[in-house]
Amino acid sequence: MTLTTERPIVLDQIAEAIAATEPQPEPKLEGSAGNRDLVLIWYSGDLEKTWASLILATTAAASGVTTKVFITFWGLQAFVKDQRRITGETWMQKMLSFMQRPGISHRKLSKMNFLGMGPWMMGALAKKYGVAKPPELLEAAVALGVEFMPCQMTMDLFGLKREDMIDGLGEPVGAATVIELLSNGAAPLFI
Amino acid sequence: MDTLEVKATPAIDAKVDARGLSCPMPIVRTAQAVKTLPSGAIVEVLATDPGSTKDFVAWCRSTGNELVEQTTDGAVFRFVIRRK
Repeated sequence: MTLTTERPIVLDQIAEAIAATEPQPEPKLEGSAGNRDLVLIWYSGDLEKTWASLILATTAAASGVTTKVFITFWGLQAFVKDQRRITGETWMQKMLSFMQRPGISHRKLSKMNFLGMGPWMMGALAKKYGVAKPPELLEAAVALGVEFMPCQMTMDLFGLKREDMIDGLGEPVGAATVIELLSNGAAPLFI
Repeated sequence: MDTLEVKATPAIDAKVDARGLSCPMPIVRTAQAVKTLPSGAIVEVLATDPGSTKDFVAWCRSTGNELVEQTTDGAVFRFVIRRK
């Protein structure tokens, strides 16, 4: 009696053991990053840092590096449509966008801005020396497949809506997404 | 007898004129051009950015594309690249 009931259990164990030896497909982790991945944390909204971030992101993508950009705090202002003048819902959010005009074409220098004279001179010099300006670099970055991840918290903080932002941005994410990418071996850049 | 050492430049499939452009556009334009071509295709790049002489060597190393030829004609740098 006991033998007949035990037998199928043993057979099940053997079948399980055989199944376990069969090659299983590698589980693809959500947000997994290899050694060739770059995560750029784009924090600043200053013109010179916007420029530097774009140069590095486009070059990384052009070099075959999977490039992900987490846009947070003042960085998000560069990704608001140029035509948007006032953004946000509350008076404080509106006031912030009034004091610092959003948009890739309206970035200010952190030093020597001089009411726009600094950025104007930078633009004139860039033209003279064949340096691509931020709007052109941003277009190239999107075309090269750079993945832009806006920070959900900053979007809420500034009262930014998806329709305020330029096309080509991914879904808003949080810090945990970035930390997972970094812990999986992506090279970090904080600008 | 030794074989002739003269290596003929392979037939050019595409050209990238990056003359007058500064970092990173010569690399960006080249990467965009290379992306549209099949494996083994030959691209000729012209650039005037002095930094490009080192940058194209590094870019070819990191992408696995082959830098077949690198020449200088006055202020113009010429790179011949074979797509991986």
